[in-house]
Order: sequence, then structure tokens, then C-alpha cells
Amino acid sequence: MFEGTPIVWRNLTMQAAMRFLFGFMAAAMVIPLLLIVLYLITKAWPVLSWEFVSEMPRKNLKEGGIFSAILGTFIMVGISLAVSAPIGILAAIYLNEYARDNWFTRIVNLGVVNLAGVPSIVHALFGYAAVVYITGDPCILAASITLGIMTLPVIIAATTQALVAVPMAFREACWNVGASRWQTVRSIVLPNSLSGILTGVILEVSRAAGETAPILFTGAVFYKKSLPSGIFDQSMALSYQLFSVTTQGGQIPEERQYGTAVVLLLLVLVMNLASICLRVYFRSRKKW
Amino acid sequence: MTGERAVDIHDLTVTYGAKPALEKISLHAHRGEILGIIGPANSGKTTLLKCINRTLELIPKARRRGRVVVEGVEVDSYSLHGLRRKVGMVFPLPVGLPLSVYDNVAFAPRMAGIRRHAVLDELVERCLRQAALWEEVKDRLWMLGSRLSGGQQQRLTIARALSHEPEILCLDEFSIAVDPVTTMRIEDVLVDLKRDVTIILVTNLVQQARRLADRVAFINAGRLVEFDVTNVIFGEQPSEQMTFDYVRGHFG
Repeated sequence: MFEGTPIVWRNLTMQAAMRFLFGFMAAAMVIPLLLIVLYLITKAWPVLSWEFVSEMPRKNLKEGGIFSAILGTFIMVGISLAVSAPIGILAAIYLNEYARDNWFTRIVNLGVVNLAGVPSIVHALFGYAAVVYITGDPCILAASITLGIMTLPVIIAATTQALVAVPMAFREACWNVGASRWQTVRSIVLPNSLSGILTGVILEVSRAAGETAPILFTGAVFYKKSLPSGIFDQSMALSYQLFSVTTQGGQIPEERQYGTAVVLLLLVLVMNLASICLRVYFRSRKKW
Repeated sequence: MTGERAVDIHDLTVTYGAKPALEKISLHAHRGEILGIIGPANSGKTTLLKCINRTLELIPKARRRGRVVVEGVEVDSYSLHGLRRKVGMVFPLPVGLPLSVYDNVAFAPRMAGIRRHAVLDELVERCLRQAALWEEVKDRLWMLGSRLSGGQQQRLTIARALSHEPEILCLDEFSIAVDPVTTMRIEDVLVDLKRDVTIILVTNLVQQARRLADRVAFINAGRLVEFDVTNVIFGEQPSEQMTFDYVRGHFG
């Protein structure tokens, strides 16, 4: 029979209480997500159909589908990624693998941190003032570049994290046999950090897909009968459409608003899922 | 004495910031010899090795003064990659690159531009044989190097250090993470190797230096206490009392 002293009993009680507290909080975290998803799906149920995602909108969004918004989001995010991923990844490689700790590196790092802290609406203003100034009119390209600038610091941070995760000893082992920095990066560091970089980029894509502010003044439109003719044309986008239909005040059927939200949410969830799968796959092949 | 000097260190002083790590060290290793470097922990032995392949430069705030000459040429006159190919390094804890056994050994040659399979195959086999590892791994060359046992991994790093055909092989307390049997095997390997390469053996095992080294340097607190042929260092009358006390285990 177990005979505890008061101290042991107190420890055990505390242990159980804390365990419950932490567990409860962890469970509580999931509740809002479930509620949001359930609520959205219930509300949107009447419009959810293949036609809703595959057809063009009609009559100021009151009828038809949201295909052009989905396509617009894909195009904008795609181009923004094409802008920010190469710059971000290469910059992070420089900062981690090449740069010495000097004033230049510190200023760049400081810049990255501060860029990450800039609110998205400020990015939007900058995009309107600078990028649209260059492109002439608001257009897909301007919106994408603005999105890209906004995602840049996060891509740099994700890449940095992935690079730092590769043990320093590997690099030293390479240098010790006479490999150059580039050879070390190419043959050891990059292959072993690619998974982390990719996951970071995908997560960033899912975030960019949901951003409204940066595309607000730079290239998204409320309603457009046809698909954009090119990157210098304007386009609809899911996030902006959601913002505008909800602020239209009753003109657009409620279920269509929720339908847009569900599609956007699904898009983001699928992206996140892809990133998780990728991570699991790469972790199973981890070599150290 | 025998042969020319493969490594010649003259008045070497190293500081880490304000902290001195080595002070006015002068010693040398003849070609085809094993130079043993002994001394208590933190006496600067590893720092000395880092000066030879210039990995000291990777440490912020480390400053080096004095001459370090490898194969007749000042280390600063080499290209970094050229120097590190000339000097093989083995560290206390084996670091297997996240590659297969084969690729671990073929890494340096590939980086040097050797692509032909036949050449690489032969080179890998030779290095693994030299490191007394071939028989154990010849059937699983494509297994990850990190799956090998600790002692095998250490021999793999020796094979890797030999793969770029260095003229000098530096070993830094290689037996720390290795069992006694493997240690003896590696020691046999070193004795065989010294016909081809000059070996600098940093060790905290005094008896290991006695068994292997032709010449021994005793460093304490950053200063060279004594540098002489092994027999004298371990004999009845080394010129410094401190050497006598250290090799007999009175301190350190």
C-alpha cells in the first residue's frame, strides 16, 4: 500500500491540477477553430456546389460563381512568391552562410525584423504610392509585388531557421577537407534544410492568400465580368471579395458571403496540410 | 635529424580577445614522424592545431602572431582550400556528414573535381583500408555514415581526412569517444600511416603519446614547457621538473 507523506500528496495534487490546466488550454485552443469551420460551413451550405467554384460571377456577385476570384488569388500569390521566394531565400543564405558579423549584416538583419513588423495596411499604402506609381495603374503585378514585399521577411526568417537547424559541425567538417563555402552550401547545407525552407514558403503562401490590405488599392477589384487579360489588368481575389461583399450591407445573399469564406479557408487549410505532409515526409528521411 | 620539417612553428602567440591562449610556442614536426602534443585540458593544444589549418580564423576575436610554416610555405600564403587539403583534421567527436559511407569519403575528392567513378571507387577503398574500416563496411557503403558505431565513425572521419591526400594529418584527442579496442586499432593505423604522412597527435592520454610519438611537446597553460624526442620526455631526466611530474600523473 502506498503511504504518501503530506509533501508527496501535495506534489501529486499539484501535478494533476497542472496537467489538467495545460491539457484544458490545449483543448480550448481547438474549440474556436472547430466552431469557425462548422459555423461557416452551415451558413454556406446552400451555395456550396461545383458551380459555385467553377463559374464566373454574374449580376454584381449576386449570382454565378466565384471562379475569377479564386483564379485571381492564385495568380497574385503565385507571382508574389516568384518575387519574394528567390530574393528571400538567397538573402537568408547570404546572411547565414557568408556574412560576417559586421555593421552591414546588422543593418540588414534589423531591416528584416522591422519589415516583418510593418502592418499590412502600411504595406498597402506603400504599394499604392510606390509600386502603382511605377506600373501606372493598379494591376495584378502591382498587387503581387506588394504582397511579395510583405512576405519577404517571413520567408527570410523561415529560411534562416531551416539553415540554423543544420549543425555547425557539418559545415566545419566540409571546410576542413577544403570545400569552399558554396560547395558546402550546395552539397550539405541546402539539401538538409530544403524541407524547412519549403515548409516556410508554403505557410507563407497560405498567409498571403488571405491578406486583403496589400491588394486593396493595388490591383484587386470588387467585380469584373471577365477574367483578367494579363498581369497588367486588375483581378478579383478571394480575400478582397470577402471583405467587399460583407461590407455591401445586405445586397448580396448571406450564404454567398459565407461560401467565399469557406473556399478561402479551405484553400489555406489545404496549403497548411501540404506543408505538414511535406515536413513529415522530409523528417522521415532526415539523415542525422 | 631525420628528414625535413613538415610543420615548423615559430614564436606562435594566439589570443582570444584579451585572453592569451598560446604564448611564444616554437616547435616542429619532421616529415614521416608522429609529433605528440600533450598537456592538461585548456592548455591550448587544440588552438595550436587550428593555427595549422587556419580554422582559427573562424573564431571571432582570435588573433595569431608568429610563423606557421607547412611544407616550407607560410600558411597565410596558401589559399584556404589548398591549405586545408594539405592538412587533414580529425576531431574528438566524429562528425559524419549526412551522407552515405561512400559519399563521406568521396566528398573531398568530388569537391576537388574528381568525377570518374572508377577513380573515386579506388580512392574510397584505399582510404577506408588505410583507416582500417574497409572490411567492416565494404558491404554497406551506401548506408548512412551516421549509422555506424562511434568507433567506426571515428575511423570514417580518418578515412575522410585522408581522402584529400593530405601531407599532414592532425588528430585532436581522437580516442575520447572511442572504445579501447578501437583506439588500439586506430593507433596501429597511425603507425602505418606515418610512412606517407606527417602526423600531429594531440592527446590527453600521456601513454598514447609515449606509444606513438617520435617527438613530444608538452604544453601547459599556453606555454611550451618542453619539446624533445619521446625518450627524453618520458625518461628519468627531462629537463623540466614539470614534465616529469605531468607524465607521471602527479598533476593534470
